[in-house]
Amino acid sequence: MSLLALQRTFLDFLLDQPTEIPVAVNGGAGPGLAVYHNAYSAQLVACLKDSYERLWAWLGDDAFEAAARHHIGLHAPTSWTLGDYGIGFADTIDARYPEDPEVAEIAALDWALRRAFDGPDASPFDPARLAEIDWDDAVIHFVPTLELIPVRTNCGAIWTAIAASDDVPAAQMLPEPAWVRVWRVDLQPHFATIERTERDAIQLAASGVTFARLCDRLAETSGVEEAVLAAGRYLTSWLQDGLITDIQ
Amino acid sequence: MPHVEIAPFQGFGLGLRIPHFQNFLTEPVPVDFIEIISENFMVAGGRPLHVLDQVRERWPVAMHGVSMSIGSADGVRTDYLTRLKALADRVQPLWVSDHLSWSRVERVNSHDLLPLPFTDEALDAVCANILHVQDVLERPLVLENPSTYLTFADDQMTEWAFLTEMTKRTGCYLLLDVNNIYVSGTNNGFDPYEYLAGVPTDRVRQIHLAGHSQGRERLIDTHDQPVPDPVWDLFRRIYPRLGPVAAMIERDDNIPPLGELLSELDIARRIATEAMAVAA
Repeated sequence: MSLLALQRTFLDFLLDQPTEIPVAVNGGAGPGLAVYHNAYSAQLVACLKDSYERLWAWLGDDAFEAAARHHIGLHAPTSWTLGDYGIGFADTIDARYPEDPEVAEIAALDWALRRAFDGPDASPFDPARLAEIDWDDAVIHFVPTLELIPVRTNCGAIWTAIAASDDVPAAQMLPEPAWVRVWRVDLQPHFATIERTERDAIQLAASGVTFARLCDRLAETSGVEEAVLAAGRYLTSWLQDGLITDIQ
Repeated sequence: MPHVEIAPFQGFGLGLRIPHFQNFLTEPVPVDFIEIISENFMVAGGRPLHVLDQVRERWPVAMHGVSMSIGSADGVRTDYLTRLKALADRVQPLWVSDHLSWSRVERVNSHDLLPLPFTDEALDAVCANILHVQDVLERPLVLENPSTYLTFADDQMTEWAFLTEMTKRTGCYLLLDVNNIYVSGTNNGFDPYEYLAGVPTDRVRQIHLAGHSQGRERLIDTHDQPVPDPVWDLFRRIYPRLGPVAAMIERDDNIPPLGELLSELDIARRIATEAMAVAA
């Protein structure tokens, strides 16, 4: 058997596909092969537990392990790094828990925070430079770790309580759909639940429109007076939260 | 790649693990070098690289990878090598090591250290991959013997004969994991001392010392236990034959407080001193 054929059939064995690997191994399908078979899935389960720690706590050991093994059966790893294996697990969870939307939202939050943890570095904007800004042409630049997640439940409160070992609240639907923004300041990932208007403002700003144009767009839906107040409120919170890396 | 040598480094070190980040940043940890898992730092930014940059200022660093898949029949992934080269350029390590194993072929990556058949074809593939990697990294590669749990019907040579020929053809170096020799020997029926007698000692730049666990029908390379006596005995035998070498305790799981690993490293120092005295 050629090396390529041997390696293909070895992977087939790990993925529970038809395989000729026992023929190639001294002693056949004995305990040695079993060690590799067990190690393959055990490592992937451990990887998902590491990446989705709060989801694991929310579901408990048995339900998480069952979901992880279901995902492993659907998706063989392909990336150069094991760290990428968590990509798409929130989708698997979403399909597995269609009646419990908080489960997939906790998963999405876990994953976004994990990505922010070792995402690109950025220096926060120095508020002392605000006086230099020409606001007619100024464009806001956000930190590269910023991500927006659509939510319908109190997943953020659940996540925070689990992380702090506090009493965990029951899952509840929010009065109306919202968003969670995830980002990192210095070395620390953060998240905050935001209303739809702020999410629209972030998306507009991130698309490269000027702050002046952003205010105009907000005014189209909420009136000039409210738009000015909202834009000022958002800008202040983005600066305070370290969300902005530059304005120019 | 032009002929480049890795200068020997004499010392005793530990791996950089997350539970010990704060110790390494704030305490006078008595080690001569630090080994990092390369993939943990092949990231865009954040805390891992922040810690690494500070550690790098205090100790020499050896880069040890788990994802190269040097034995893949279809070559080593370019995206992996590009990232590894970027990290090596940043760290300027003592050397870059990985395992004599394979993890992926074509699209599927098992992320495990799978065993290679010790055949002429596998030797050709491994050597071709090593030469390519060394060209990209612009430095010699150091390869570690993994623990294995089976052998192949097509094997044409011993593992140590494979290592010897591999180093001759490529100029690469070796990281001897003494625990892995013991585990593989027990599982696959070879004498670890015959293995030690057969490896090209002049190519060894690093030693791993670790523990293992007893599985149902195999010893399992868990790297989650203190170094057991049979592994210390092998270390005692090989150490005086190597010349200057970097030896370390490698603990990957069930990680104890740093003080326990430092005590275990003191045992390694003592055994090395005793072994050198006996050999003198």
